[in-house]
Amino acid sequence: MTSLADGDWHRLHPASPVLRGGIFVFALLGFVIANLRERFVDVVFGIPRQSGDPLDEIYERGAVGWALLIAAAILIVILVAFTLSWRMHTFRVSDESVEVRSGILFRSHRQARLDRIQGVNIVRPLIPRLFGAAKLEVSVAGQDANVQLAYLGSALADGLRRDILQLASGARQPRPAAGESLPEAPLPDGDPTLMPAGPASAGHAGRRQALNDYANTRVGEFLAPELDPDAAPPESVVRIPVLRLIGSIVFSGFTVFVAVAIVALIVSVIVGGSEWLLIAIFPGLIASVGYYISRFTKSLRYSIAGTRDGVRVGFGLLTTSNETLPPGRIHAVGVTQPLAWRPFGWWQISINKAGHSTNDGAAGQAATTVLPVGSLADVAKVLELILPGFALDEQRVLIQHGLTSRGGDDGFHNAPRRAAWLRPFSWRRTGYAISAGAVLLRRGVLSRELVLVPLARLQSVGINQGPVRRRLRLATARLHTVTGPVTATLGVIDVGEAARLLETVTAAAVASAESDTSHHWSRTGQDPAPAPAPRPVDPVGPTVTEVTP
Amino acid sequence: MAEQPVPDYPGTEPTESVAPVGARLDLPEAGEWKRVSPKYVMVEIVGTVIFLLIVCAAAGALWLLLDQVWAAWVGALIALITLVSLAFEPRRVRSIGYQLRADDLLFRRGIMYQRFVSVPYGRMQLVDITRGPIARLLGLADLKFVTAAASSGVAIPGLAEADADALRDRLVELAESRRAGL
Repeated sequence: MTSLADGDWHRLHPASPVLRGGIFVFALLGFVIANLRERFVDVVFGIPRQSGDPLDEIYERGAVGWALLIAAAILIVILVAFTLSWRMHTFRVSDESVEVRSGILFRSHRQARLDRIQGVNIVRPLIPRLFGAAKLEVSVAGQDANVQLAYLGSALADGLRRDILQLASGARQPRPAAGESLPEAPLPDGDPTLMPAGPASAGHAGRRQALNDYANTRVGEFLAPELDPDAAPPESVVRIPVLRLIGSIVFSGFTVFVAVAIVALIVSVIVGGSEWLLIAIFPGLIASVGYYISRFTKSLRYSIAGTRDGVRVGFGLLTTSNETLPPGRIHAVGVTQPLAWRPFGWWQISINKAGHSTNDGAAGQAATTVLPVGSLADVAKVLELILPGFALDEQRVLIQHGLTSRGGDDGFHNAPRRAAWLRPFSWRRTGYAISAGAVLLRRGVLSRELVLVPLARLQSVGINQGPVRRRLRLATARLHTVTGPVTATLGVIDVGEAARLLETVTAAAVASAESDTSHHWSRTGQDPAPAPAPRPVDPVGPTVTEVTP
Repeated sequence: MAEQPVPDYPGTEPTESVAPVGARLDLPEAGEWKRVSPKYVMVEIVGTVIFLLIVCAAAGALWLLLDQVWAAWVGALIALITLVSLAFEPRRVRSIGYQLRADDLLFRRGIMYQRFVSVPYGRMQLVDITRGPIARLLGLADLKFVTAAASSGVAIPGLAEADADALRDRLVELAESRRAGL
């Protein structure tokens, strides 16, 4: 337990106001540089200036005193505001909740119950990361309902996350210090000059030794693996090779768009006479290069790992992000394969969740993609992590069928032949199955898709029928979950089968919710075994350290 | 239900077709449906008539004031469709039904476009009761069962006010005893 989660009020990192106003500070810096660049050139290279700049103007008008006074006043106001906002911004982590008080004129006090936590996210944008600071965000269900701690010391944020998750898990006893040591990567030679610029300039301590120590710590933190090696067993970690990542970005819908644009450009140049097309498209093409690069750097170093307190998804090269989803916070899982990915056997996994981090996920997508691209084996591994209970052979076979099978008698209740009128290609594959506390929906043959909905999280079930489907004795079935990128819909299903689906899925959802203990995931059967611990299915099973509330 | 072994869900094994093979969507195992008040037809009719008047006024204005002849045709077409659908209004209201089962609320509506929804009580986030001006004149209220999923959409219109209040209290009570975390 770090000292931060002791139920007292604490302050954030002293540099937080500056870091939070990051873009503003840099804009100001940019403005000053842009206005005074000729003076800099003059000072550094001795090239005389052609025209005057604002400083000359001030000097000529004899307003130096006023200018200095105004600058000083602005500086003081900013400093006072920053100090005040830092002093007023406090947070507290107790056994029950996380609270944040902030604001100078408009005070706000926000409290999030720990057993309602949907995820804990640590983000390190590039600049704060150079200064060894990180942003910790506790997401709970609801629009704009997150509790954000920006910024904390990097090591403190890691420790606080561990404590929050531990408190939320319902484990009252402190755990064996698995992640107690901080991820301080051993440096081969400790030479900070090899590192990206920044860390050394960040130090402002007077003595050389202190400066060196500071720089070393920063560099150590900068290079530290985003996943603490102690936090997850290596066999539960999935990583993405760089080549596959590049491939997945190249073979995307956006590339088709770019290709069309290039063809249009070439045609317009050959045909000639329409410069406007060139003007319209060319900047877009340059921008698309930037888009590719940013998608690439944001998805680099992607890793998904099973930890004791849920799945941890980390990514990013310069700005890193690292979100922990406790067990039972995932409401639906969608495994998809666009047509262009099929030759390579790649899949993507996205999820629906109730809490939404305000930060973007990898590749600028919403933070709902847990696996941007992965092979069939990766998919199986990730599904085992996010849906405890899918580690058995039976489920593996079912997933295999759900992803790649062309249909037929393979454990799924498929649509009848007459559904070919509405789904000419995919009717064989369109079907559902129930297994290990989840419903599996399978559909699509060109762009293949498998949707898994954990029964304990299912909100309701609906079946619909319009005139066309009535003539064909078909219906539509839909499992209602929280909003997200995954929609659990079966476009065609036999009428009788639809009614059966409604009854069985509802009954199973009720039973599953009764036995669900994921709001305090460590309370029953506090496992000494490493994660991913399968969610205890039976609440009256052997409990190791049951704590009566 | 509570002591049922969880992994063995019914329906995991291939089931023989026992459901009647009617073309219409129906739940053979469902019990007696509770219907909404027949007075609710009035609410629907008044709403439709108001909509009709607005359409006619808009089309008429476009036609007569701005000389847009197509508006008259479009207006007439919309009016015709609305009038035909008005004739089906009583049947449509009769098709709305709900039942409180052991563990879930079952809801149905629609004749041409049928829709059945089943919501386990534990998934309730809140129950909303609203009364429109005409419904209030007739002593009716609408009840909405809200879950964390926006698409659930269980709204039972046209309940007698006392029934709506009783149903709300009953639903809250049932949800309390079966509360599930989000």
